[in-house]
Amino acid sequence: MIKGNFIDNLPKVYGIYTGGFLAFIIIMSIGEQMGMTAKVIGICFVAFTVAIYAIIGYLSRTAQADAYYVAGRQVPTVFNGMATAADWMSGASFVAMAGGIYFKGYGYMALLVGWTGGYVLVASLLAPYLRKFGCYTVPDFIGTRYGGNLTRFLAVVVLTVASFTYVTAQINATGTIASVALDIPFQYAVYVGLISILLCSMLGGMRGVTWTQVAQYIVLIIAYLLPVFWISNKMGAGFFPHFMLADEVSRIAELEAQFGFVKNSAENLKEVPKGLAGITKAHSAVNATPWAFISLALAMMMGTASLPHVMMRYFTTPSVKAARKSVGWSLFFIFLLYSSAPMLATLSKLSLIDPSLPTGIIGKSIAEVQSIDWYQNWNQANLMFVSDFNGNGTLELNEFFMGGKAVVLATPEIAGLPYVISGLVAAGGMAAAMSTADGLILAIANAISHDVYYKIIDPKAETAKRLVVARVLLVVIGFAGATIAAMEIQGILGSVIWAFDFAMSGLFFPLVLGVWWKRANREGAIAGMALGLISGAGYLIWVRTGGSGFLGITQLTFGIFGSAVSLVAMVVVSLMTSAPNAATQKMVDEVRVPAGRSILGKQ
Amino acid sequence: MSKQEQHWEKSKGLLMMTLAIWFVFSIGIFLFGAEMNEVTGPFGYPLTYWFTCQGSLGIFVILIFWFANRQEKIDEEFGFSERGDD
Repeated sequence: MIKGNFIDNLPKVYGIYTGGFLAFIIIMSIGEQMGMTAKVIGICFVAFTVAIYAIIGYLSRTAQADAYYVAGRQVPTVFNGMATAADWMSGASFVAMAGGIYFKGYGYMALLVGWTGGYVLVASLLAPYLRKFGCYTVPDFIGTRYGGNLTRFLAVVVLTVASFTYVTAQINATGTIASVALDIPFQYAVYVGLISILLCSMLGGMRGVTWTQVAQYIVLIIAYLLPVFWISNKMGAGFFPHFMLADEVSRIAELEAQFGFVKNSAENLKEVPKGLAGITKAHSAVNATPWAFISLALAMMMGTASLPHVMMRYFTTPSVKAARKSVGWSLFFIFLLYSSAPMLATLSKLSLIDPSLPTGIIGKSIAEVQSIDWYQNWNQANLMFVSDFNGNGTLELNEFFMGGKAVVLATPEIAGLPYVISGLVAAGGMAAAMSTADGLILAIANAISHDVYYKIIDPKAETAKRLVVARVLLVVIGFAGATIAAMEIQGILGSVIWAFDFAMSGLFFPLVLGVWWKRANREGAIAGMALGLISGAGYLIWVRTGGSGFLGITQLTFGIFGSAVSLVAMVVVSLMTSAPNAATQKMVDEVRVPAGRSILGKQ
Repeated sequence: MSKQEQHWEKSKGLLMMTLAIWFVFSIGIFLFGAEMNEVTGPFGYPLTYWFTCQGSLGIFVILIFWFANRQEKIDEEFGFSERGDD
């Protein structure tokens, strides 16, 4: 059926794969009609998709450094875009984003703008130049551009701090989904998730991760879009929700005005289970100050351009030109999901609060709501809660509480979609969390094995030995992440946002100025990375321990302070010390020209 | 000016233009979020709300492809483009 080499056949291979996945969904829905239980369907979805990723991971095994670190630099633009989109969209994007929009409205939308706008910075400031450089890892660029082991080592430190903060959240998410779908305790499910993650990356490194991420993107985008379109059609809201929900949005505003946002007393709120929230903010009105919105968006944009697991995806394209285009495709594939999240939030909210819809629960009697099947299920799962605070026997808007995840997980059931959709959503969430975790673990392990072990400790190590070290590190870092995830310290989204702030504090300006400012030198880069990371982390600790903060910079945007310190330190120290030598200046000149061999390829 | 310097000047010009457009749709318009939201935007959504759901996001996608094409033209002009299609 398939002749010739794998790269030429990619559209065919993934076309067959997509068809196979759709066929699987249809088989499952027939199974549901014939009496397959919800639990079996859930297990089938997760087990089937994870098994496919594992097979792809196995087929991509390699013993070559180029394939292991940068997938042989032959990933075509569109496929690299899909892989980056999967790499990028985490379990948090998939499961929690619609919920964030549902509860926080405009103030949360800053994340959507930030997580997409950052790609403009990636495309214009960094990706093509780092691709021309021809490095294996982000610290590889820093180390060669500025020279010296200390710069390289500091870059590894920043990368590890940022990525590790992020990866525990992802392993946590795979654990949550695996524990629900497979019905096993969370402490074990975390390790089931981890083993699935390692199956994709261990044998093939970047090559394995690339081809599994493409497969994971296809699963996660189908799993996100299918329910959104289905729910919208079922509710009669419009067959293409993105263009047709204006009436629904204004209806929500109308209902908000009618019900009002009644504030609950602290005593009443004590009854509400932890992690659940009520609707307290307007859906489509502007409910945050300009600076609150802009500072959060800016932090996410600069963080995007500094996160190594995203940047390294553009090292895998065949050319500089392809790297630029590939950023565009990445953002396009991300846009498909991000632009659907607000639509899902709108549909979900309206279906619950509109008394004129059959699914609406506000205004019904408490007893009636408590007897609804789906309410009982999600109440048991600790994601929904109602209570009659004012004792009038009727459910008011302020008496209804829900977990953020429920918007994605429960809306299909509330809207009356078959269970097969819930199984599909579980597989999608698993794909999203696994693909991001893979990218992150690989980024950390590659940086330590390539930059610390090979470049600093043992520059004479043979390829076989280097790859053994890389794989051992992969497993060690994975287990460390899983162990911390099993302790359940920080909620999913909190730690995701911190990762962006850490990355921008330490890496944004050293990376950007490395290309755009020839005068930037080693001393400046060391000061920029070290002081940026320390001041950012210091600010976070200060605010977390009761500090008041300044300029409206919160624990979610501490990177703005960290990166400002980093910029000032880098410029001042660079100017106080001598300019980089002629060889370095020439190297920067060459990075700016797309044609010709890569910088590192020449050495 | 050498060929390489001219190429870099043009590339910098393109960067500035790209960043200016980026600034407007990621930061600039949100200075006036509350005022803009009074206006009805595309498909009947409130304007600021539409920008946060679709508008800014879609503009970024188009902006990156536009930037990539312009930069390719600049590279070709100075003979710095690479061989190969993708």
